[in-house]
Amino acid sequence: MVRVDGKGENSLVKVRGLDKIYRRGSEEIHVLQSLNLDVDVGDFVAFMGPSGSGKTTLLNLLGGLDVPTRGTITVAGDEITSMSGAKLTAWRARHVGFVFQMYNLIPVMTAFQNVELPLLLTNLSKAQRRTHVETALEVVGLQDRMNHSPNQLSGGQEQRVGIARAIVADPTFLLCDEPTGDLDRKSADEVLNILHRLSKDFKKTILMVTHDPLAATRADVTLHMDKGVLMEGIREGAIA
Amino acid sequence: MKYSRILLANLFRKKIRTTLTVGSFAIALLLFGVLAAVRVAFSQGANGAGVDRLVVRNKTSIIQPLPLSYRNEMLRLAGVKEVTFLNWFGGVYQDEKNFFPQVAVDAPTYRKVVTDIGVTDAEWNAFAADRQAAIVGKSIADRFHFKVGDHIPIKGVIFQGAWEFNIVGIAKGDSAAGDILPFIFHEDYLEEKRMYGKGTVGWYVVRIENPNDSPQISKAIDTGFSNSPFETKSDTEKEFAANWGKQLGNIKLIIMVVGTVVFVTLLLVTGNTMATAIRERVRELAVLKALGYSDRFVLWLVLSEGLTIAVVGGLLGLMLAVLVIPAMSKALAGLLPPLVLLPGDTALGVAFALGSGVLSTLLPATSAMRLRVVDALRRV
Repeated sequence: MVRVDGKGENSLVKVRGLDKIYRRGSEEIHVLQSLNLDVDVGDFVAFMGPSGSGKTTLLNLLGGLDVPTRGTITVAGDEITSMSGAKLTAWRARHVGFVFQMYNLIPVMTAFQNVELPLLLTNLSKAQRRTHVETALEVVGLQDRMNHSPNQLSGGQEQRVGIARAIVADPTFLLCDEPTGDLDRKSADEVLNILHRLSKDFKKTILMVTHDPLAATRADVTLHMDKGVLMEGIREGAIA
Repeated sequence: MKYSRILLANLFRKKIRTTLTVGSFAIALLLFGVLAAVRVAFSQGANGAGVDRLVVRNKTSIIQPLPLSYRNEMLRLAGVKEVTFLNWFGGVYQDEKNFFPQVAVDAPTYRKVVTDIGVTDAEWNAFAADRQAAIVGKSIADRFHFKVGDHIPIKGVIFQGAWEFNIVGIAKGDSAAGDILPFIFHEDYLEEKRMYGKGTVGWYVVRIENPNDSPQISKAIDTGFSNSPFETKSDTEKEFAANWGKQLGNIKLIIMVVGTVVFVTLLLVTGNTMATAIRERVRELAVLKALGYSDRFVLWLVLSEGLTIAVVGGLLGLMLAVLVIPAMSKALAGLLPPLVLLPGDTALGVAFALGSGVLSTLLPATSAMRLRVVDALRRV
């Protein structure tokens, strides 16, 4: 169950008193303010809110890409806010799958090679890596496109390769930043179907930032953010 | 090994840019190899110089003559074993571009002083027996396809007229002086046909009993002829060879300056290329970091790209140098001693390429390492 009151226990993702302040000269910008969040295994959470409300900042903090000014983030028992840079990098490789708005595939590598990237950091053999990559591409329905380079794929297909790359190492949770923001409705629906299936069939925990209300409806819970504060959820009964 | 795919993918991202950067390294290392060979060639004369020989020339300049009568006076000095004399001829074979050095030598005394010219006794005897005989260094013979028995016409420039020579010997290339021996012929033949300056010589070579006595004997020679119309300057043969090279300028300094300019230019060009390449890939590097690749990995990835370009370009340049230097050496036979790229210089070239690769890539690689993922992903 998703909670924003800071009273959750044994949740997969536990955020407590999270503040993020940016300094621009003498000005302090409070991007996140005393934010609490609990997310359980298999939850599919959508974050909505106006631009500058702090959604992406929250996602970056949850993914260990940025450090908070105050507060703690604990994922599967690991408090990531106290980790050193190198340790955080290793943690990210093991626990986080990123899906970006602009797909961010390496253009000079094939779909297969892009998906394989996270696995190069593991001790898997070449054959094992191939099996994992093929499985991930099959999940997103692109097993027949594995030798295509990104410029030979449509936007929707690129994003599906991006999702395959995010899930190939079987991370603890997926962080999706506007995954449908650059796609037409049909492609967006395909991507959302995949995310929904990952959540329901594979029990993947997904945290997704979106501006698209239709995309948000595919999540179990939608949390609204405004001026760095998490507001109460939309889906009745799914939030405390 | 499993990361080589990332490295190769990036190297072949912009094929023209990579090719041009590799090309700039190749040309720089080709130049380095050629300059190193030229430097060696200039020091070869000094290296081959006899320790027991002095060169005595006119104090004013080597182009000013000395009287032939000085020979007997020098022979009277204690510690002097033998004295021979030579004259610079400066003729042209067939065409003006076919220049090679010709020197008239005193046959009866030359080989007693310069013992290591790389000819057999039979060749030397043939030389002594024929007034128009000539012996040629191997590199000159190879360049003009001279062989024993050839009859060679040479047009005199300093000593006007048509001169004809019979090739009776070719100095062996593996001897101490064989490859740098010029075209030598009889002083008697020159003396007979020259229109002016009879009874004078270009310079003397003095063989001494004990090399340790060379300072005293040099001083004695120069003192003996001081305040005369033909004052002398005596040096050991090694000093003379080194000074001869210096007449063309400070070769080492020129090589160092050219090398430094090439090095700095290469650093700037490659550094700029790598910086551009990194700027274009900021998001990709940020994504790699987001996926869990460490800062150190990104540093090594970028450094490896620079090093690969440098090593491939460097080796290509050195291979080109290995091919080009013998051809240059052949074309310059007689003008310069043989050009050789020594193994030590090859190793230095590889080190130079590696150093350039590291230095030029270090700054872009460091900035890639320090890249903050959130900042980079925010860039459009």
